[in-house]
Amino acid sequence: MLNTLSYISDIITYMKIPLIVGLLLSITAAMLGVVLVLKQYSMIGDGLSHVGFGATAVALAIGTEPLYISLPIVVVAAYILIRLGENKKTHTDAAIGLISSSALAIGFLAGNLSDGFSSDINSYMFGSITTATITELGYIVPISLTIIILFLFTYNRIFAVTFDENFAKASGMNTRLYNMIFALSTAIIVVIGIKVMGTLLISSLIIFPALTSMRLFNNFKKVVVSSIIISILSFLIAFLLFSRYSSAASIVLVNLTFFIIAAIYSFIMKKLGKK
Amino acid sequence: MKLIECSNLKIGHRNHVLNTLDLSIYSGDFICIIGNNGTGKSTLIKTLLKLIPSLGGKILFDIELKKSSIGYLTQDLQVKENFPATVYEIVISGCIGRMNGKLFYTKKEKELANKYMEYLGITHLKNKPFKRLSGGEQQKTLIARALCSTDKLLFLDEPLQGLDMEASKKLYDILSKINKEEDVTIVMITHNISIAMKYINKVIYLGHNESFVGTPSEYLESDFSKSYQGGKDHA
Repeated sequence: MLNTLSYISDIITYMKIPLIVGLLLSITAAMLGVVLVLKQYSMIGDGLSHVGFGATAVALAIGTEPLYISLPIVVVAAYILIRLGENKKTHTDAAIGLISSSALAIGFLAGNLSDGFSSDINSYMFGSITTATITELGYIVPISLTIIILFLFTYNRIFAVTFDENFAKASGMNTRLYNMIFALSTAIIVVIGIKVMGTLLISSLIIFPALTSMRLFNNFKKVVVSSIIISILSFLIAFLLFSRYSSAASIVLVNLTFFIIAAIYSFIMKKLGKK
Repeated sequence: MKLIECSNLKIGHRNHVLNTLDLSIYSGDFICIIGNNGTGKSTLIKTLLKLIPSLGGKILFDIELKKSSIGYLTQDLQVKENFPATVYEIVISGCIGRMNGKLFYTKKEKELANKYMEYLGITHLKNKPFKRLSGGEQQKTLIARALCSTDKLLFLDEPLQGLDMEASKKLYDILSKINKEEDVTIVMITHNISIAMKYINKVIYLGHNESFVGTPSEYLESDFSKSYQGGKDHA
């Protein structure tokens, strides 16, 4: 017990930067996640993370800073996927599958053609939050704060667009602009999140808190607030207790635990007929 | 005052024209659109709302008619099974068009939402999750939202869906009250014209590539009413 406590206090002392980076990412991803899940765009986050991986691998192969290449490519991919999603007739899921596997293949080839996969690639697959530096903090803070503030200020409009896009459009809202800002924010968070959570796990940071909260609440505002809280809790528990193993994998597993508890709770409440 | 004037307006999907019509909507009108399935009733409303493009002809809008003054009840809301939202959250979201750059709902919007929930008799459902309501209650919620979103012109696509006779009559009373007291022009699609007759002042009948626009009595005397009543397959 005492050991654990001193371990936690060590982490807080020596890993302030990863802690702040992780918290900001958790909050932003959870907010965006509620809308992504409700718009049935969950797979877009997953697809984007693969595109991000491919772009990162190419960047590492040619020896440039990954962000310069992956950010614009992921933004373009997000734009294409969300535009495809607007059109009910196209098969978005198939398009995502196609884009994901192509991006992975390109990334893998690029890795092999250069000098094979270095540990860098490994960290981009599974994340390496503990290595987050002051440089990363430098862009994560303004970006996540911008997204969080934007979300809070347009909260009512986001609800309208998410619940019924046609109605919002008929009311004179520029729904396409909202979708675009949304795609852009998601793309940015996915690209930054890849560094922390890794390609394989970033989409769960986006999806899990929303899914868990939807088991617990039937009110949009409560779902948003609860997602943020669950996301923060999952991150803190995983980071403070399990980061000596793998922070990213632990965050997913803590999130999964919350989800299972919520699912059981919701099942029991349904059986009791209380919801 | 003319709110909307259409001449030789062609409506339809892609390049398939469903109907061509001339039509004027005046301030204060209470209009019913009737006709069999596939004649372009919903398409007409969506075209007037500019949600889909027209296939020809002209639509002129009164310059003072802003998009934020127009309300709309859609027939094909794809309510996502598990969308977490309360009746109140949905009704007040109807005010989104009249925010004029304001970020949050003020007392004015909250009062409006409460007023229309009261009108429709759903105040007791205010904090209930939308997904757990009956079809009729969901319909009333969406009508209340549509009412919040308008102060001039309201388009309703089959608002009576899911409502029984009693509730339908009550809804007509409410719409009539809003039409007269608050000077809101109403254009609605319905399958049951008989209850509507005493409330409305204009009928738009859409047939297969033919249309009729006139007063209820003109409509009843026309051949269209006979053919439509004969071919009626809806309650």
